[in-house]
Amino acid sequence: MTSGDAFFYLFSAVAVASGFMVISSRNPVHSVLFLILAFVNAAGLFILLGAEFLAMILIVVYVGAVAVLFLFVVMMLDVDFNELKHGFLQYLPLGAVVGGIVLLELIVVVGGWTIAPAELRVSAAPVSSSVSNTMALGEILYTQYLYFFQIAGLVLLTAMIGSIVLTLRHKVSIRRQSISEQNRRNPHESVQLQKVPSRMGL
Amino acid sequence: MSDGWFLPLLLHIGESLLLIVALLIYIAYILYADRKVWAAVQLRRGPNVVGPWGLLQSFADMLKFVLKEPIIPSGANKGVFLLAPMVTGVLAISAWAVIPISQGWAIANLNVGILYIFAISSLSVYGIIMAGWASNSKYPFLAALRSAAQMVSYEVSIGFVIVTVLLCAGSLNLTDIVNAQNTRFGLLGWYWLPLFPMFIIFFISALAETNRAPFDLVEAESELVAGFMVEYSATPYMLFMLGEYVAIITMCSLTTILFLGGWLSPIPFAPFTWVPGVLWFILKATLVFFMIALVRAVVPRYRYDQLMRLGWKVFLPISLVSVVVVAGVLELTGWGNLPG
Repeated sequence: MTSGDAFFYLFSAVAVASGFMVISSRNPVHSVLFLILAFVNAAGLFILLGAEFLAMILIVVYVGAVAVLFLFVVMMLDVDFNELKHGFLQYLPLGAVVGGIVLLELIVVVGGWTIAPAELRVSAAPVSSSVSNTMALGEILYTQYLYFFQIAGLVLLTAMIGSIVLTLRHKVSIRRQSISEQNRRNPHESVQLQKVPSRMGL
Repeated sequence: MSDGWFLPLLLHIGESLLLIVALLIYIAYILYADRKVWAAVQLRRGPNVVGPWGLLQSFADMLKFVLKEPIIPSGANKGVFLLAPMVTGVLAISAWAVIPISQGWAIANLNVGILYIFAISSLSVYGIIMAGWASNSKYPFLAALRSAAQMVSYEVSIGFVIVTVLLCAGSLNLTDIVNAQNTRFGLLGWYWLPLFPMFIIFFISALAETNRAPFDLVEAESELVAGFMVEYSATPYMLFMLGEYVAIITMCSLTTILFLGGWLSPIPFAPFTWVPGVLWFILKATLVFFMIALVRAVVPRYRYDQLMRLGWKVFLPISLVSVVVVAGVLELTGWGNLPG
């Protein structure tokens, strides 16, 4: 057993175990923390495959940003989770069907590898090992698949604008702060020095 | 043991231990320097009792924290409560695995070194959120909410600033980034000059990212007592402090690597290039830390809405535009080290 194998078994065992804990732990915050552990272990598996760029992006995007929002929602929502747990068995068949379909697809993909390796060789031509994998991804993403990349960006932009439009409410009655106006103020306009004669007042 | 990985592993562990010990001693004196600078600005003496000129103050503090009793509130979620400071400490130190202190002096010379540091620093928000939630008390929770929003927003502009540097250097490897700044102009060839606005934005965002003053709203003592650390005492508290200071030093080193030429000598000829690179690196990192310490002493704390406005409405547009400008200039003039 090489050290790579040892790490593979470590990462995958922890990933599977924490994946199980995500659905079985009683406290929802613990669930999210286990989900994060699963993500980090998946990143470890990516590194073992030599895909270090993907591993880092997985951590930055999913763990650093998406899971933080998850955690917030779970922490702040006041949901009765015992009630949700009762529905667990009710949704089990649906979950099993989805899981079964994913498993079937995985079998088809991995099976294709062994049955017809020649078919795969065309689509998955290995990049020469002298190019680092960040550069290789960049080459493919920004030259070959440039339009798809742009379309994906546009879809995301639309989603972002949509969510802003749905949640933005402009109230007329609120007094808003105008930073530029505040910065433009100077002592001559805003402070007035007055000489007050004694016993007279202003 | 078929592929003989045991000996290299042992070597790595030895190197890492050496680095951690050196780092911790450096941190002890950085803490001391921080307090001395703060004291000097306020015309005080600062720590001067333990050891000659108070030089052993940090070690005395450490002993005190270790010997005290850690108190765990009865309402707290015990496991997560104790896990949070460990997460903070471990993550902060693990960022040092890729930082090259001199040519070839990095524990791991990763191809994606800068992304690794970025990933680690985006993970460090978990220490704070977990602490805030597990304490089961309202001030820590409010502080955790604030802090997470703050760190996530400033990460975005830090990311874009790093992208401009990467465009110029043409690599994500920290050693390559430093070597790309090795020109015959010395000091003037480092990236702080051509990317000067980015340097400033990076410095300020680093303050916000590490929850340093003037952006230390997480532990704003006038409104949140001590933020997410209210319920902590003894060793767990010390781990938070340690993690915070290690993160600050990491940011100082990152500034040094990205903008101040890492271990390169500022004057690129004979007597100065004989000085070992480690010394230059430590000098530069300490200089950056000195600036951070001064900022804490002289700048009043920001209001939360001002902080958010600065991050999203000022830094983000500027850094976004400058990514486009830098890429355009590099493409038109053919400067920089972009391959292909």
